[in-house]
Amino acid sequence: MVKTEIKLKGLTLKNPVMTASGTFGYGEEYADFVDLSELGGIIMKGTTLHHREGNPYPRMAETPMGMLNCVGLQNKGVDYFIKTIYPRIRHFDTNVLVNVSGSNIDDYVTAAAKIDALDDIPAIELNVSCPNVKQGGMAFGVTCSGIEQVVKAVREVYHKHLMVKLSPNVTNIAEIALAAEAAGADSVSLINTLLGMAIDAEARKPVLSMVTGGLSGACVKPVALRMVWQVSKAVKIPVIGLGGISSATDAIEFLLAGASAIQIGTANFIDPAISAKVAKGITEYCEKHGVEDVNELVGGLIL
Amino acid sequence: MKTIIDFQIIEKQSFPRAALLKLKSTTPLPEICGGQFVNVRVDGCDKAYLRRPISIHDVDYQNNTIDLLIQEKHEGTKTLCALPVGAKVNIVLPLGNGFTMPEKDDNVLLVGGGIGIAPLLYFAKTIHDNIQGKDAMNRVCTGVHFLLGGRTKDDLMLLERFRSVGDVFITTNDGSMGEKGFVTEHSLWNTMKINKIYACGPMPMMKALAKMAHEKGIWCEVSLENQMACGIGACLCCVENTKEGNLCVCKEGPVFNIERLLW
Repeated sequence: MVKTEIKLKGLTLKNPVMTASGTFGYGEEYADFVDLSELGGIIMKGTTLHHREGNPYPRMAETPMGMLNCVGLQNKGVDYFIKTIYPRIRHFDTNVLVNVSGSNIDDYVTAAAKIDALDDIPAIELNVSCPNVKQGGMAFGVTCSGIEQVVKAVREVYHKHLMVKLSPNVTNIAEIALAAEAAGADSVSLINTLLGMAIDAEARKPVLSMVTGGLSGACVKPVALRMVWQVSKAVKIPVIGLGGISSATDAIEFLLAGASAIQIGTANFIDPAISAKVAKGITEYCEKHGVEDVNELVGGLIL
Repeated sequence: MKTIIDFQIIEKQSFPRAALLKLKSTTPLPEICGGQFVNVRVDGCDKAYLRRPISIHDVDYQNNTIDLLIQEKHEGTKTLCALPVGAKVNIVLPLGNGFTMPEKDDNVLLVGGGIGIAPLLYFAKTIHDNIQGKDAMNRVCTGVHFLLGGRTKDDLMLLERFRSVGDVFITTNDGSMGEKGFVTEHSLWNTMKINKIYACGPMPMMKALAKMAHEKGIWCEVSLENQMACGIGACLCCVENTKEGNLCVCKEGPVFNIERLLW
């Protein structure tokens, strides 16, 4: 029997597989396809203090082995989440994390404090890396001082596991991760989407309403893997790896690079049942390779 | 309940820019409503990373088959149209909300433009099945009429299928079949009393039709096809800006009453 449990500070995952924010709705959308109890955790759609309509259509462009999006954090706000969605999802037999975003520090702090009060939410993922909102979002995540400010402020009001989601759109992601760690993050998750662009040559126009958008999908995996490797060597807190993971083998690669757990994002769109398949596949890999505990794989890259 | 099924193509009919695939499932089909759609994985095409949303043209519960009428638009749909009989096709279904069933005494017109004719057949059959064998008092509605429009006669496929469930009126832009012009210009609008319109087709056609329906005070539902990624309401890419804000076409639609839209 392979041991698959992953212990993070104040957060125990029954296996290393979580689903990435913005790709899994509130979990309910996938309940027909996946037994949610087979997952280590699910991360809710990005939630802000106030209601956000998001960006205009078109919000998506297909790219080779990936896609760009500029959804722009469409959500009904944290109070709506607490009143309407939380009662429906709080008893899922898995960890339910909320991804929290904001356009200024006060908004992050207020939203995080409201979620701190929810008994069945053991952690938040602080989104300082959304490339699709004009103010805040990625702006906090691309400088050491920005990330320090927001993480420190949220840390004061948030008492459970604080995961900070990092942007890959920086010169040195390890420095940013160190800043998040110093400010009180319990873990870092990476990577959010890579800033990209698509053009319709016939129309001579951008494909996306916001001109630029975030690139995700299988095509970003090598970049994500490299960044997980760099960050895991730099920080002492656990690293959660994501970016293009579409199979159990992809997930194993992230664990070997230094991730303690992983998230599945865009692959959920192509196979809505993929998350549970990856969890099962990780166990099968361990059985095949005589690995008794998944934790043995973390950072197990042979150089 | 939504499910993922590996279908096999058991029959295929090719058209100049489209193909009709009959797909058989080894497991029983879920309940499907007219106007719902499927999300098809495109294997063997490196330009199609995401699934392709395709409307459901017909369903046969006895034989466990669905029919998809697919237009070749870009690389993904071209790959699907080129699949041979015997090929396996991975499909997520059924997705979205279908058309609202008419009530008795309704005189309905199903308007399709181009490949937008596809979902109207199965919906018409479900209405038709409600008419057959019921006395006039309990009929769902008084009859089914189709108004199908194309650029040329080549766009108008499988007319015999439509004629088997209702009267078919036709317009083509070049006059190669039926009346020349757009669906909104057909002479039936002067002679028939229609009180419910169901439409699927190109955006300009549906907008023109919605405007006309609105002016005449006719109840009207349209089926949208905004570009999608997930097909199940998770990614929020396919939104339509409505009177209720941005709504996912895949989950809240694809069928919308025109009064909900900002058209």
